[in-house]
Amino acid sequence: MKMTGAQIIFECMVKEGVEVVFGILGGAVLPLYDTLPQYPQLHHVLVRHEQGAAHAADGYARVTGKVGVCFATSGPGATNLVTGIANAHLDSVPMVAITGQVARPFIGKDAFQEVDITGITLPITKHNYLVRNASQMAETVKEAFYLARTGRPGPVLIDVPKDVFTEEVEFNMPNRVNIAGYKPTLQGHPTQIKKAAKLINEANQPVILAGRGVLISGASAKLKQLAETAQIPVVTTLLGISCFPETHILNFGMVGMHGLAAANMALYETDLIIAIGMRFDDRVTSNVSTFAPKAKIIHIDIDPAEIGKNVRVDVPIVGDVKVVLNELNKLVESRQNLGWFEQLDTWRKEHPSTYIRESEGILPQYVVRKIYEATKGNAIITTGVGQNQMWAAQYYLFDKPNTFVSSGGLGTMGFGLPAAIGAKIGCPDETVWCIDGDGSFQMTIQELATIAQERAAVKIAILNNGFLGMVRQWQEMFYDKRYVATPLSGPDFVKIAEAYGIGGVRVKNKIDVIPAIEKAMAEDGPFLLDFSVEPEENVYPMVPPGEDINAMVEEPRETVKVDSQKIKTRNM
Amino acid sequence: MAPAKHTLIALVEDKPGVLNRMASLFRRRSFNIESIAVGRSEVPNISRTTIVVDGTTTSVEQVRKQLDKIIDVVRVVELSDEDTISRELALVKVKANSATRSEIMQIVDIFRANIVDVSPDSLTVEVTGDENKIDSLLTLLQGFGIRELARTGRIAMIRGLLSPLQSEKDSSNARAKKKKEQTSVDAY
Repeated sequence: MKMTGAQIIFECMVKEGVEVVFGILGGAVLPLYDTLPQYPQLHHVLVRHEQGAAHAADGYARVTGKVGVCFATSGPGATNLVTGIANAHLDSVPMVAITGQVARPFIGKDAFQEVDITGITLPITKHNYLVRNASQMAETVKEAFYLARTGRPGPVLIDVPKDVFTEEVEFNMPNRVNIAGYKPTLQGHPTQIKKAAKLINEANQPVILAGRGVLISGASAKLKQLAETAQIPVVTTLLGISCFPETHILNFGMVGMHGLAAANMALYETDLIIAIGMRFDDRVTSNVSTFAPKAKIIHIDIDPAEIGKNVRVDVPIVGDVKVVLNELNKLVESRQNLGWFEQLDTWRKEHPSTYIRESEGILPQYVVRKIYEATKGNAIITTGVGQNQMWAAQYYLFDKPNTFVSSGGLGTMGFGLPAAIGAKIGCPDETVWCIDGDGSFQMTIQELATIAQERAAVKIAILNNGFLGMVRQWQEMFYDKRYVATPLSGPDFVKIAEAYGIGGVRVKNKIDVIPAIEKAMAEDGPFLLDFSVEPEENVYPMVPPGEDINAMVEEPRETVKVDSQKIKTRNM
Repeated sequence: MAPAKHTLIALVEDKPGVLNRMASLFRRRSFNIESIAVGRSEVPNISRTTIVVDGTTTSVEQVRKQLDKIIDVVRVVELSDEDTISRELALVKVKANSATRSEIMQIVDIFRANIVDVSPDSLTVEVTGDENKIDSLLTLLQGFGIRELARTGRIAMIRGLLSPLQSEKDSSNARAKKKKEQTSVDAY
């Protein structure tokens, strides 16, 4: 059957199970959009900026596990996607981005709205394509989806010249993909798994360090089995949050720069780290040379290049986390390890990192905790980047997989709002909250229009401190309180929401926090809450960048005594 | 101590941009590359790239693994020094006159190199060998005045019947067999 390049794209997308596309059109991508009405089963979400399209597709992918899809036109449309693509790349999110390109005769001529987007996105995509003939389209789209979702997932970009969208060719749906240079290893090596099991069975103070790979692989149940069988305490990376229930007694919380004290102390004292689906980011390890000084390390990851990249590894296992854990669990012995657990539990009690102190004004931590209580921990939370993100990570307890949606690797301010749109559209029956900062929120504030148009019932909580808060915190701690360019005079967010037809309330008094959250929950549609929080509240604990994990700073003026005085406190 | 220079062979699909993908990788990950030589292989549409990495400044393991992640890269192998034949070709244009010409020709002879062009005031020498041999010849020719120098960078091959692509075929067959018993990649 003869079909145009654009029709082939949609035929393949439907075959791949795509239901939603996020995008915004323009000249070069017009023929694609002109074909869209022929596929009424596809829901197109019109965003207001291409970055919003990429982040929404990203949020959609994280909560559904499906490939997120976004469209943009050539030139500025494509370059506006770049931040969102890089974000998905660093956090291993499956995404296919389709961009229009100038027609073939104009390529390389600096034509109107021409950029070399395959060149630009080369280092931030898993792979990308410039489709030079419609005859290559079916195979390309099939490959793109396959690459995006298999192995270590990531974004794949397909750049399509305008005249390739309209070119008619004979269409045959390819049945299978065969890429010579791409064969992800799923099965872990049996010898390595045996070695790992032996280490686990012999360890006195083991810790599981779980990352987003557990979520991607859908291995939460296997992880729980491992932890419970051998009674191994679990700590997670920022992006690993929700892969293991946070109300579980074995979960000691997030590690790293703003990790909970007990979790970081566990990493310092442990004799065996079982690292699962994570990549030893510098925000996790801090100073790598003093990271986990007493520990042997088992590292399970699907990407062989992550093994040994940042830290030395004793037992590497390349494979899909779920498949590997399935084998590993058969060899791990059931046991009690009360001494080690009690040690950690003591640290957890002595260092209650998520304690909320008494205050007159509204503490941002308090707001997050009240949202947790109002939603009974049963919501998807997206975040911006900065203090709001860390408080959301620390003070909300995530029990269900894929309920914490946050920009980890790239740390993209403005991620929260569009990601919430994607999450809500992907999981319409779930409650979705976007916990954001006033700085972060303003970076993609235009997507309120998308929320209004879609009537996406996203609840927005702005922790408004009038600062680029995290940067201000660094200025306070490391730049002698020189608050250069961090104070923000924000707009009246409630009025802005109203202008978009979205209800909102400004909350200035602590007593109004709970009623406001309840009001937001009671609304059918989207709702915005603008909380005036303590302006100079800091995120603790904090491991100063580049320092040892044991140089962790806890709440100021609080003397912290730990086993062997490992953890110092800085008097601020 | 591990040798400073490591030879990697990357077999890559002959597609637009594949060299760019490799070069971009080396740059953004600050990999120190001594030389890179690209040409056809015995298989149609597969190019063979020989990359020499300075192991003192760069993790060869990382170069190998990161290269392997490029979708268009079919296979990467590291060649060990003992089992490897490696060659480089150089063209050297040397200043020459009637007084020096015969002396240069003697040196060229010793190195079993060839003179491929002669003019009244120059000689162009073609030399093949490993880097050390070419370096030594250049040292000797330096005194006469080298006007122009072109080196190809190292190309290398394993001794005996084995080839990187064949060993890939064997292992991928084995993997394909195994995969049937496993979870399908497509399934998740």
